[in-house]
Amino acid sequence: MDHSFHIKTEICVIGAGHAGCEAALAAARLGFDTVIFTMNTDSIAMMPCNPHIGGSSKGHLVREIDALGGEMGKNIDRTFIQSKMLNRSKGPAVHSLRAQADKARYSESMRQVLENQNHLEIRQGEVTDLLTQTGPDGRPEIIGVRLYSGTVYDCRIVILCTGTYLNARCLVGETITETGPSGMQKSTWLKKSIESLGIPTRRFKTGTPARMDGRSLDYSKMTIQHGDQVVEPFSYSTDPAAVQIEQVPCYLTYTNEKTHEIIRANLDRSPIYAGIIEGTGPRYCPSIEDKVVKFAEKTRHQVFIEPEGRGTNEMYVDGMSSSMPDDVQQQMYRTVPGLEHCRIVKNAYAIEYDCISANELKLSLETKKVSGLFCAGQFNGSSGYEEAAAQGLIAGINAVQKLRGREPLILKRSEAYIGVLIDDLVTKDNREPYRMMTSRAEYRLLLRQDNADLRLRKYGYEVGLITRKQYEYVCWKQQKIRDEIKRLKTTKVGAAKENQEYLASIGSTPIRTATSLAELLCRPEITYPLLKGLESVSHFDSVKAAEKCSTWNSTDTRQAFEGPFSLPESVTEEVEIDIKYEGYIERERKQVEQFNKLENRKIPADIDYDDVESLRLEARKKLMDFRPSSIGQASRIAGVNPADIAVLLIYLEKKKKMESGSVSRQ
Amino acid sequence: MALTFDRIQSDTIAAIATSTAEAGIGIVRLSGPDAFSITGNIFRNQEGKAVSISGWKSATIHYGFIVDPDAEDEKLDEVLVSILRSPHSYTTEDTIEINTHGGSYVEHRVLELVLRKGARLAEAGEFTKRAFLGGRIDLSRAEAVMDLIRSQNEFARKTSLACLEGSVEAKVKKLRSGLLYEIAFIESALDDPENYSLEGYPSKLDHILTEMIDELDRLLLFSKSGRVLTEGIDTVIAGKPNAGKSSLLNELSGSERAIVTEIAGTTRDTLEETVRIRDDYDSEILLHLTDTAGIHNTADAVEKIGVQRALKAIEHAQLILFVLDISRELNEEDIRIAEKLKSFGTRKKTIALLNKSDLPGRITKEDVRNIIPDSSPVISISLETGMGIRELKNEISRMFRLGDIQNSNEVFLANIRQCTLAQDARDSLALVRQSIRKGMPEDFFSIDLRNAYTSLGLIIGEEVEDDLVNEIFSRFCLGK
Repeated sequence: MDHSFHIKTEICVIGAGHAGCEAALAAARLGFDTVIFTMNTDSIAMMPCNPHIGGSSKGHLVREIDALGGEMGKNIDRTFIQSKMLNRSKGPAVHSLRAQADKARYSESMRQVLENQNHLEIRQGEVTDLLTQTGPDGRPEIIGVRLYSGTVYDCRIVILCTGTYLNARCLVGETITETGPSGMQKSTWLKKSIESLGIPTRRFKTGTPARMDGRSLDYSKMTIQHGDQVVEPFSYSTDPAAVQIEQVPCYLTYTNEKTHEIIRANLDRSPIYAGIIEGTGPRYCPSIEDKVVKFAEKTRHQVFIEPEGRGTNEMYVDGMSSSMPDDVQQQMYRTVPGLEHCRIVKNAYAIEYDCISANELKLSLETKKVSGLFCAGQFNGSSGYEEAAAQGLIAGINAVQKLRGREPLILKRSEAYIGVLIDDLVTKDNREPYRMMTSRAEYRLLLRQDNADLRLRKYGYEVGLITRKQYEYVCWKQQKIRDEIKRLKTTKVGAAKENQEYLASIGSTPIRTATSLAELLCRPEITYPLLKGLESVSHFDSVKAAEKCSTWNSTDTRQAFEGPFSLPESVTEEVEIDIKYEGYIERERKQVEQFNKLENRKIPADIDYDDVESLRLEARKKLMDFRPSSIGQASRIAGVNPADIAVLLIYLEKKKKMESGSVSRQ
Repeated sequence: MALTFDRIQSDTIAAIATSTAEAGIGIVRLSGPDAFSITGNIFRNQEGKAVSISGWKSATIHYGFIVDPDAEDEKLDEVLVSILRSPHSYTTEDTIEINTHGGSYVEHRVLELVLRKGARLAEAGEFTKRAFLGGRIDLSRAEAVMDLIRSQNEFARKTSLACLEGSVEAKVKKLRSGLLYEIAFIESALDDPENYSLEGYPSKLDHILTEMIDELDRLLLFSKSGRVLTEGIDTVIAGKPNAGKSSLLNELSGSERAIVTEIAGTTRDTLEETVRIRDDYDSEILLHLTDTAGIHNTADAVEKIGVQRALKAIEHAQLILFVLDISRELNEEDIRIAEKLKSFGTRKKTIALLNKSDLPGRITKEDVRNIIPDSSPVISISLETGMGIRELKNEISRMFRLGDIQNSNEVFLANIRQCTLAQDARDSLALVRQSIRKGMPEDFFSIDLRNAYTSLGLIIGEEVEDDLVNEIFSRFCLGK
């Protein structure tokens, strides 16, 4: 007889980091009773490592989270202290927004959002067991979770977002502490419960640099780094006027040969090089020890000094994460210009934790083995706040879709960085913490940070996280973009003297015959706003054009548009990119078409790979383990080569023909 | 006919693997799940006893006899049987090779026997198809085998063999790995600008691309000429009635196929023939010859159709042999044909043949040069005496650069599919170069670099596209 105290809910989210917060908010906002568990309510949405959100490709993720109805973009817009659009000198595909966060306020603000959310309860405590029963298909299915206190929460869905807490330990040189990040209590018991469900865990590690007392640093020896003059918000819902605030600077300095010498001389005291660390670390976010060893020929490495918030003197030393002992840390940091007299507040440390291979998951982020068990964030082997939040959001949405009996939301690689992220995690063989990078996205000219709303709002709306009004705005925007492109392509300007003089004045060359505005916009030196100067002499009937273009009838959005060149920048930016890079975009679209053909070739869930005779043994085993949902996904599994895919394609074709043949015979 | 789908790989196939000519040894090959059991049924060791073939080690040879178990173990032949276990065989399936004493009678009796015992006669290229599907060879090699089976002349056979040895694969792989390096470099620089600098990179890439484009151009140029060699030249014999067109066809084919009379307009239909000619350097050329009715205004309904066909044949030809009769003045019909030829510009090659040069001439070479496409050769021939025919053959060879190609060690793409893909790759690289010269940011280069990489990958089957299935089936249905 079970005497434990039972509380009923629908969805349990374990962990209140960036993944957990998004998962819980999505679930509760969609109307399902949700409980989010955290070791300590003070650690909700904590940023235990870098004090910024966004950056190359991660900025894309935040925009996509926002487009789908997540919280991260809004929360950083409320709490940032500096913001910058990176890579402006490069193409629009790699522009990426990055904002320094006030860490304490970021966490506090997210906590308030959670606290005030209907259907959502916050509960401090350690979850020790996942409770299951045998489901109708013979697989275990989730029926609840048990806390260390013995209390049971009955539920149908569990979303695991344990981050770096599972069985964690922190290392500083020879010193090891059995804690989660930043001294938080680790999760001790849950790992066993996960493994008893047949889901193996593995060990990853990551690291963070020291925090220093800002008063002990000499900024005159560093290069000051300001934010953008005009700040662009992350969220499509944030009023741009609200983010034009006074910003806090960052600073750039460099390591030198002396720093590297100290590191080399003490490598034997680094837990990684001494072999104490068992976990696999991220190659793309290396410690300073790793950098010195791997890039031995480099005489210096960048170090960014970033504030942790307005209400603290602590400064983050970006680029110098380490797990060296205290004394070596102090020595090496003090060789860096500006840090000669630094006082360390928190040591750099490495953290080891248990996580799973996301190969255990379906693309919906539900485990293959346990029905109702979803996983997100660092627990899936990723690294980074944004990667975690993106998975959390999708896991939250798909948990709800499952309870609703609807198809999960699966974004394709050709639709979103989130699609790339989850497909990579679930399909590929990742042996280190996975970090999002621009290069991982094949179709990045289509997946820009500026068009995330155009790409994804419709999915957010279908799921229910985006309001009708928000969705209608995107439809309006889409229509305006199309109309304006058409207008620029059909409006011609003549070779009149005024035009030639105007062109010369903006550093462009004269035109010989009547030229369309679109053709002029293709010139590298001409931007959209510069076209206005030509428009005045083109005798373009603006009223007629406005009537022709204005097919949208929503009252609140229509008034924003009164004639040519009065469109909002969010529209004209898209128009300019679409026209300037038309050929490239077109070619990338063709690639996507080809890609989608393989993605759309679904593999039946009940396929018997033993029946596919000429598959190689290795490929057969891999396919049986993964059970990919499409030929496209199958082709990305390590160990499955093109010849195997050919065999599979032929098998499916043969089956199809035989089945249709047997139908026609009847 | 399309391949029958339900047969794929579930059965055991057999065929005579050696040439049909009389030879010392003839091999009957079996491949598939029942290869061992079928052979076990008909093989007897030195003592005449049945043995368990599944106990044999892979890649071993065994002496014994093939017997007919349905005829009280009548001995058919003394044989050596070699065994290759899956996946270590050409097809990656269980494979048996029965080495019989040559002579097509013995081979065929052994083959009949294995077919009776459960094997199925292999279709042309089917062992190769299984090798491809088993992942043993890539698409370009599989295609080469198919081409080899189909090859009609010595050069085609040589090209297919080179392909089979992987020369296309090696060349394409080299280009691909070069491209991959550049793609990876750009991506690294985008993700890690601190450690990878793009300073001065565009001009370096421009240089690399120019070399790759040149290489692809050369490959395409040679492949185009190479295809002429493997596939033959579509040739039309044109000229006014009774100029000697049919006689030329007969001369080249060495037979009396067309009716040759003195009455103009004897050939009312088009006649087609594939002939093999040799130049003085022993280069072999395949001509697909079409003899057309004379192109002249005619009221005769039957002949009218012939004339239309003649014009159509010219549209599709690569080479036109324009026959003129020097014993008669140039007339309107000659001019009409000449104008038609001129309208094609350099797209078609023309050779003007001044026939009946053994008779007194009414027209000169100069007269003819004035009306035919620029720089087309003019040769005096006589189909009565055979004069000028050798010169004609050498001229065709020279025009298609056959000697150069046959004696070079250049690599050729075997078919139109490969050529189209190589052309796509080349065009994509040209687009990258254009982006560089326009000063586009580096991240734009990747789109077309990736396209080139994919196109090259499709040539050798290292990339898969959805239409691959159709591709494979259409390839493997050929040659049946």
